[in-house]
Amino acid sequence: MIERKREDEFVVVSNGMLGYGFREESLRDAVAAGVDLIACDAGSSDPGPYYLGTGKPFVGDAMILRDLRLMVKAGADAGVPLIIGSAGGAGGDGQVDHLLTLLGRVMEELGLDRKVAVLRSELDRETVREAVEEGRVRTFETGAALTVEDVDAAAHIVAQVGPESYFRALAGRPDILVVGRAWDVSNIAALPLMQGHDRGLALHMGKILECGSLAARPTGGGDLILGRLRDDHFIVEPTHPEKACTEASVSAHTFYEKSDPVMLAGPGGSVDLRRTRFDQIDPRRIRVSGSAFREAERYTVKLEGARLAGHRALTVGGARDPAFIRSIDAIQEAVREKIRETQAGFIDPSQYSITFHRYGLDGVMGAWEPNRQAAHEIGILIDVVAETPEIAEAVCGLARSTILHVPFEGRRATAGNIAFPFSPAEIPAGPVYEFNIYHLMEIDEPESFGRLEWLQ
Amino acid sequence: MKALGELAEVIRSKNAGPFIVTFDILFGDEETFEAVRSAGMLNRQAVCGLYGVSDNELLGFDFYPFARAVKFSLRRPVGSGGPRDADVYGAQQHAPLLDLAVLP
Repeated sequence: MIERKREDEFVVVSNGMLGYGFREESLRDAVAAGVDLIACDAGSSDPGPYYLGTGKPFVGDAMILRDLRLMVKAGADAGVPLIIGSAGGAGGDGQVDHLLTLLGRVMEELGLDRKVAVLRSELDRETVREAVEEGRVRTFETGAALTVEDVDAAAHIVAQVGPESYFRALAGRPDILVVGRAWDVSNIAALPLMQGHDRGLALHMGKILECGSLAARPTGGGDLILGRLRDDHFIVEPTHPEKACTEASVSAHTFYEKSDPVMLAGPGGSVDLRRTRFDQIDPRRIRVSGSAFREAERYTVKLEGARLAGHRALTVGGARDPAFIRSIDAIQEAVREKIRETQAGFIDPSQYSITFHRYGLDGVMGAWEPNRQAAHEIGILIDVVAETPEIAEAVCGLARSTILHVPFEGRRATAGNIAFPFSPAEIPAGPVYEFNIYHLMEIDEPESFGRLEWLQ
Repeated sequence: MKALGELAEVIRSKNAGPFIVTFDILFGDEETFEAVRSAGMLNRQAVCGLYGVSDNELLGFDFYPFARAVKFSLRRPVGSGGPRDADVYGAQQHAPLLDLAVLP
């Protein structure tokens, strides 16, 4: 049972990931009790740079359509806005367009004609190049400064827009606002901030709600989450009757995917949690108070860019012979050397990289693995990334045949070193991207940042 | 000797952006959290030894009483999902912590 919305509170129901599903009754009950906003995150950099680089979505259309139908209908029935951020996964223009196509289908099916605003945040290279040249781009967690070459190499560059950039769109009172790459918190915090709510509390509430029911227990089975923002505190509660928000679940979520859990940095400043209190007001709800906003000297947005790193071919095999497993390091070197030697004058080592993932030894953790004790058998994934698909497949094929027959110390099985499960053993795996931009860009007017369009 | 795996409720690793993996150790009660903290065996040096990193590569190792938690982060050797990466989500880097002795 969700308590009725009070006059003096701003209530938001949040979906942590468009297309990952939620309980239909959860949205219905939340809307029936009264909400001011339906907020929905639709993206992340977590699945890797491929999606930004290629513009492909990482959630299937059928799953997105299901969530979208329910939320668009709920928003229309209740007469409250729906805000969807990081559209299409990585938030590039092509991904925004794809979401708009799906949204159009949903509105047509439902027979609804909603007023839709679109705030795009993909940047052209010229804009970012200028910012680099003017010294407005800061080194961030990559540890390296952004160069003009990085900018030119990127397939797509997006900026995570802050809540202030939503204001212009929200002032036009859209029924639905679709945003390109967004700071997850913005979807939840923008509307209450515009209505004058406390910045520290609104942003902190956004941070807790942005992953949906992940801040509640038990965590299995994703669902929505609800926040009530009041003058000097906010309340977090799950929409699922069998879930509960506890002091432990909410404070633990404050830690999730963040390197600093007491100063939550975002565009424009940080939320200072050093005086934050988490109080259990009943078995399912937590009251949060004391979070304060600390304004930064300059407003910054986080840039994300991905460039094509090459083309992949891979092969997987297993080794069971203890002498082979003991010599694995030397064997890898012999394979690399043999390929260099036989391809001299044809394929240069600078045109490809070979990675040996050794499952059963250190395949998961690599250099961080403290346990160097190999298992009785090990799986070897040979991952080749090269300038062209042809080079990748050629090098991968050579690596396969070489590792199969290369001699090593103590070898008694002279017929073959590896069990390959497939024929053909090599698998072409398409283009590989890498994040080559992850920097902060200073901007002067966050309120006018991004490209706003209206669809009727 | 007691290992962290016997004492903490949650031990996890996860990306904090594409270039950092962050580790959370959450305790179920105040007493255990305080016992581990005051024993002093869970410290920067122990974590550096476990992951084979130098002290300046270990980011923000700290105890957080409000969440009965310990947190630290490591810079990834390669960016998430790029060539040579082995754990796109950074979600399987926590396991060595389970066996770390933290109480005498």
